[in-house]
Amino acid sequence: MLKTFPKGGIHPSENKITSAKPIKRLPLPKVVYVPISQHIGIPAEIVVDRKDKVEIGQVIAKSGGYVSSNIHSPVAGTVTKLDKIVDTRGYKKQCIVIRSDVKNESNFQENEYPLKEEISLQQEEILKRISEYGIVGLGGATFPSHVKLQVKKDKLLDCLIVNGVECEPFLTADHRLMLEKGKEILVGIRILMYALQIDRAIIGIENNKKDAIDLFRSLTSGASGIQIAALQVKYPQGGEKQLIRALLKREVPKNGLPMDVGVVVHNVGTVFAIYQAIQHNRPLMERVVTVTGKKLNDPSNFWVKIGTPVKDLLDAVGGVPEDTRKIVSGGPMMGKALKNTDVPVTKGTSGILVISEDEASRGEPKNCIRCGECVDVCPMGLEPHLLMNLSEKGMYEKAIEEDILTCIECGSCSYVCPSHRPLLDYIRFGKSIGKQLESNK
Amino acid sequence: MTESILNSAILLTLLGIVSALILYVVSKKFYVYENPLISEVEDLLPAANCAGCGFPGCRSFAEKLVNTDDISDLFCPVGGNEVMKLVSDALGKEVAEKDPTVAVVRCQGSCDVRPKTTEYQGPRSCAISALIYSGETDCQYGCLGDGDCVVACKFDAMYMDETTGLPVVITDKCTSCGMCVDACPRDIIEMRPKHKRDLKIFVGCLNEEKGGIAKRACSVACIGCSKCLDVCPKEAIVIENNLAYIDPAYCTLCRKCVPVCPTHSIIETNFPPRKEKKAEAKATAKVESIKPQNDA
Repeated sequence: MLKTFPKGGIHPSENKITSAKPIKRLPLPKVVYVPISQHIGIPAEIVVDRKDKVEIGQVIAKSGGYVSSNIHSPVAGTVTKLDKIVDTRGYKKQCIVIRSDVKNESNFQENEYPLKEEISLQQEEILKRISEYGIVGLGGATFPSHVKLQVKKDKLLDCLIVNGVECEPFLTADHRLMLEKGKEILVGIRILMYALQIDRAIIGIENNKKDAIDLFRSLTSGASGIQIAALQVKYPQGGEKQLIRALLKREVPKNGLPMDVGVVVHNVGTVFAIYQAIQHNRPLMERVVTVTGKKLNDPSNFWVKIGTPVKDLLDAVGGVPEDTRKIVSGGPMMGKALKNTDVPVTKGTSGILVISEDEASRGEPKNCIRCGECVDVCPMGLEPHLLMNLSEKGMYEKAIEEDILTCIECGSCSYVCPSHRPLLDYIRFGKSIGKQLESNK
Repeated sequence: MTESILNSAILLTLLGIVSALILYVVSKKFYVYENPLISEVEDLLPAANCAGCGFPGCRSFAEKLVNTDDISDLFCPVGGNEVMKLVSDALGKEVAEKDPTVAVVRCQGSCDVRPKTTEYQGPRSCAISALIYSGETDCQYGCLGDGDCVVACKFDAMYMDETTGLPVVITDKCTSCGMCVDACPRDIIEMRPKHKRDLKIFVGCLNEEKGGIAKRACSVACIGCSKCLDVCPKEAIVIENNLAYIDPAYCTLCRKCVPVCPTHSIIETNFPPRKEKKAEAKATAKVESIKPQNDA
């Protein structure tokens, strides 16, 4: 019997069409647009000026506070502008525009280094470097990693969970990374275990990635402390709280953190970024992005430099088909449809999904028939139909009482609703107002 | 038969008398004194309960009026100066006099001048779509067209124009309670002085982008060219972030800024038509005066 979380969840068709495609390197982008707010928290502060020459990996924006992160230049080149460019929502956001220098060799250097296993840095140095090298959670939430690693004295940690679940349909970035960089990821896990002073780690992988499970099992055979757990295929298992429940049967308290139950969770992509930062001195400048869609000529996985415009990625897979309706940044469940394709890839972009006309239509909303499907599938045990009604009618205080703020916005309720009601749209709205009300208190 | 009717009639009468006695005693015993002025003032107020004054309803506003000594900063926008005068007479306190205001929609981005570049399929509510997206057009400042202001208006003073997709204010019905201003996530609606015959001049745009970008998104966008600033005799125009704003406190409604605006983003309402000749002469004079500068 495979492990999973007990309450709710759905199983949309997996569509992992790129899982057998090795990660390719995208040609050097001519211009990169690096937003200064790529993480949750305070935006970084720009420390370069127009016409400045920047080296690859140079800090171009400094962390603006504790919950913030440094941003490094992904290319060697010249800063041409400090401009505003549309983000995924269509609002203009400050970013640094860098024209890459085609003569500079460091731009073409690949991140292929020989495996380096021994850890030479001290515990504090590791934590310091993770914070300086701009590492954020690459699973999608982009929470600065150093904040997760600052363990309060009164909390007792006993387990590191490495998230290789990748429960979103279509996306295969983490899957490919695990297959191609398995050894490096294991070193990364050992670095984290050393930095946190814990001797137990679990890698959670869904059972539709059997090759990755087998690979890690063969790599860790004999090694102690690192455990591989195969999980039942179910969305949203990659959610932190769901994964902890599935693997350890521990429930993270409401308004609590994984730390409260003695756990720290990191995505495999983050672990690999930490490995590169500690062992090879490379700050976070690129990530794996899956570019996929049923009608694309050549959907693939790419190593993409942060700041590359999405249209460069679409060109690399042979352009967008005629009947494209939506281009989504992220997976189909939690991703955001793009306003236009000038939007740059940021630290949180795990995939670009091209959806055609016949897949994209959203049904006409009808009345709620009280079938309770949404209540069944909610992984947080909420009542989505009730929360939607409350936020539609402006009863935000009552919605807070009904725990609207614990919603993880996975979209399972909207997915199953037979009346096509825009449940998540309203819940997200109510949540944003609820957060304002809470912070005003 | 008659006996049972008689019995119940007596019982009910007795019950009625006993209850009346209890109610009388209770009402005397637990009597709470309330200033009769409050009810008197409440009767003077428009009873719209719109919260335009900043209080939950007319009753609570009346309480505030009666219980505070200095009421010069309290004002009922719906009743206006007339009602405040009556309140002043009833209470014997000084009240402020304000020019009547009316809501104006500062966006002209109709479907033909502001092309749609994306499509939104979610719930039709400005508050929700503003949270998810910058709207269906490339302008992130303009009207989203989902009509939250129309829903918020309790006086039926607004409707959505189906051809333009923009809200329209019926100025006769507008009480300037400010509910639409609060409902708009983009702050497009502004309260401006009504003036005589409802004459108004205002900039119908909020786009803070540089000229070219603003113009590409919407052909009637303010491009911040400052031509209006140059012709304004009263220095009523401020340009900030590539956007002109006409300060109603200084504007004398001279209409000089309207014809010089190259994108027609300054709106004038209810003015008599201009004399054609005069306007033409002015326009040519402007062109001549600009030309030599361009050559130099």
